[in-house]
Amino acid sequence: MEAKKLNLTLQIWRQKNSKSVGSFVEYKVQVSPDASFLEMLDEINNELEAKDQEAIHFESDCREGICGTCGLVINGRPHGPLQKIATCQLHMRNFKDGETIWVEPFRAKAFPVIKDLMVDRSGFDKILQAGGYVSVNTGGVPDANSIPIAKDQASLAMDAAACIGCGACVAACKNASAVLFVSAKVSQYALLPQGQPERYRRVERMVKVMDELGFGSCTNTYACEAECPKGISVSNIARMNREYVLAKVKSKEIVD
Amino acid sequence: MTKLDSKIPAGHISEKWTNHKFNMKLVNPANKRKFEIIVVGTGLAGASAAASLGELGYKVKAFTFHDSARRAHSISAQGGINASKNYQNDGDSTYRLFYDTVKGGDFRSREANVYRLAEVSGNIIDQCVAQGVPFAREYGGVLDNRSFGGAQVSRTFYARGQTGQQLLLGAVSALNRQIDNGSVKLFTRREMLDLVIVDGAAKGIVCRNLLTGEIEKYSAHAVVLATGGYANVFFLSTNAMNCNATAIWRAHKRGAYFANPCFTQIHPTCLPLHGDSQSKLTLMSESLRNDGRVWVSKKKGDMRNPNDIPEDERDYYLERKYPSFGNLSPRDISSRAAKEVCDEGRGVKGGHAVYLDFRDAINRLGKHVIEERYGNLFEIYETITGEHPYEYPMMIYPAPHYTMGGLWVDYNLMSNVPGLFILGEANFSDHGANRLGASALMQGLADGYFVIPYTMGNYLAGDKPTFVNTDHPEFDKVANGVRDLTNKLLSIKGKRTVDDIHKHLGRIMWNKVGMARNEKGLKEAVDEIRELKTEFWKNVTIPGSGDDVNQTLERAGRLVDYFELGELMAIDALDRNESCGGHFREEYQFEDGEAKRNDEKYSYVSAWEFTGENKWILHKEPLEFEYVKPAIRSYK
Repeated sequence: MEAKKLNLTLQIWRQKNSKSVGSFVEYKVQVSPDASFLEMLDEINNELEAKDQEAIHFESDCREGICGTCGLVINGRPHGPLQKIATCQLHMRNFKDGETIWVEPFRAKAFPVIKDLMVDRSGFDKILQAGGYVSVNTGGVPDANSIPIAKDQASLAMDAAACIGCGACVAACKNASAVLFVSAKVSQYALLPQGQPERYRRVERMVKVMDELGFGSCTNTYACEAECPKGISVSNIARMNREYVLAKVKSKEIVD
Repeated sequence: MTKLDSKIPAGHISEKWTNHKFNMKLVNPANKRKFEIIVVGTGLAGASAAASLGELGYKVKAFTFHDSARRAHSISAQGGINASKNYQNDGDSTYRLFYDTVKGGDFRSREANVYRLAEVSGNIIDQCVAQGVPFAREYGGVLDNRSFGGAQVSRTFYARGQTGQQLLLGAVSALNRQIDNGSVKLFTRREMLDLVIVDGAAKGIVCRNLLTGEIEKYSAHAVVLATGGYANVFFLSTNAMNCNATAIWRAHKRGAYFANPCFTQIHPTCLPLHGDSQSKLTLMSESLRNDGRVWVSKKKGDMRNPNDIPEDERDYYLERKYPSFGNLSPRDISSRAAKEVCDEGRGVKGGHAVYLDFRDAINRLGKHVIEERYGNLFEIYETITGEHPYEYPMMIYPAPHYTMGGLWVDYNLMSNVPGLFILGEANFSDHGANRLGASALMQGLADGYFVIPYTMGNYLAGDKPTFVNTDHPEFDKVANGVRDLTNKLLSIKGKRTVDDIHKHLGRIMWNKVGMARNEKGLKEAVDEIRELKTEFWKNVTIPGSGDDVNQTLERAGRLVDYFELGELMAIDALDRNESCGGHFREEYQFEDGEAKRNDEKYSYVSAWEFTGENKWILHKEPLEFEYVKPAIRSYK
């Protein structure tokens, strides 16, 4: 009972490694509208492998939009034409028969291409390793209900914590800025009582590492929010900016 | 024959862990930095273990094949995590969580381990909250709970439909803190391909650097594997694309016993199969069964639109068969019931799917309440199927999800190989023949935060393992073996692709070693798997080279292990002439189709020793039930 297949032309970015020059390669496919975008790539790869040709390399894991591993720029948009989904959740029923689709890796100075559509996003972890945590050891913590948190406040923190670390915000930004990602983590902790003791130290350290890694500046285009698969709000950026200014004032007070 | 020593401490069950913690040897704080520990895997179990061991002062090397620790598949867990906090005042206790878990596991788990799990469950919630995990809350600011299958109390803590994500990000934040202060070194994009044993004890691992193809050697005083389950042996499962059994399987081939491989969990609420190109099956959280009602038509091959099927022509079969647990019956029971009605021809339009309907809950509570509870899950469903669950009932069908079997461990979570510890889904110990919902997150974090930090110290202080350098000849021997395997795979240059063969294996496993098994089918499966394995080694094609990124080669290496594991799953299922939990042998059932356990003969853990290709020896660890007396597991 499968629906009628779509005939599509794909222009896919192929690049042997980070040092070589890449280019678009054309593939003609017939695909079921019920297949996902990545399942279509699986099918192409299966055909390539059967002809002893190297598979198109792309990353994905959970295929449920939560692990943040996948990420393609499809027709110029990170994670494709639909809002609030990751690439793995995009289904072919959203394309028209006969269409040509352009597929590229996330592009940013801080995300070098590894091979074909795979990029290196390890910069994100370096930022998180510079204070993106609450310093508590295992054991020796209070009972969970001894830290009451208002429902709305917890909900706001959860909105920020929903970030999957895919990097679409960086790929969407003309400056390749990582502020949406960083501000989401800063906000989660700034909104919660557990995050207060390290509040100012955290934002200063994370922003410093972000700048060192070559991510660009924010010029408030909001492209990041528009392409974020989890709908992380730019209000987090405003919050981070306030936190950062406060941190500068506070750290000066401490020094004085 | 080796005797398996489970090392269960003496004393009353409620005192075993407390006494054991006191009796275990300690490493003094200044000496901890002299010990190196390898942790493979950065999911809930691995990340929490690496972080906690690092905090104690050990030198930890953590490994993941992902680009980041945060991508581990624990992140996909949706519904929640159990803990016997009794915040709801509804009669929960450590003992009740222990009881529910032993019963839920159909009396095939180890009582002492399960009790400890229940005992530390509350600490896990405290720990996660202290880390800043944004759990759902009530208006008064306290934590909220929901219900899950197999329990009559509300003990599941959750963060929307993303509990696994939030718990993993919490554990990874603890790990990041240790990376920041230098006690843990994280190696990403490394896949463990073998275990190094020197003088009978685990001393290190050999990995492939997935970016450069380089084969790398790492040594330590002890090795911890927290590499998850093996449901991808079925090709189609709810597991992530890269989940695999390679780390535990290669450790098994080096001597670690594999326990209860046939205990696999088929999850009742997944999206049905849509076509040949499908790469995975998507899970819909069990929490949906809090408010969704499962039904099929009373008629065979009923082609009507579900909303046109009147109430009296619907069969709410779970509510009918299991009135006290209803739609929240445990997973094994719900899955089999779905298979039964579909086999009768009463599935959705005669096919392989049943309805999960929210109509009544929406009428009772209003759409906004359902949206708040399950909004994101409904969105996932709509994205994949193009249908709106507020208007049409969801269609679901069971799919391979979790594997209760895994490497054998004693009470200290150490395998039979000294110095090799196994945590989380990769071990076998806590869930018996069936895992209850929201218990996997609990076990992963219990093992990593609250068990291994103690038992590791006991091993290091008690056994005083030596440190072996990677220039030891055994490391070179193992590394050369790994290189040879890579070269052999690349040299076959046949015609069939890795995925094509894996799908073929998956069909054999699903049809003959899946939800219902029988002697004839299992014997056929063993033969068919062996044939397919022979074909693989003659006819697989793997383009590309070994000294570069090569995802096809990665998948081929994992498939190599699935042939052997699949075979052992069938052999184990053949040995177990009874039905229990997720293992349903058609020959052993009551007249009403319920599973017929045989406690007299099969109340043991099957621990398989690998002795050569297609050869295993079975060791049995007898299970004793002192506290929860085995009874027919009834949810009626």
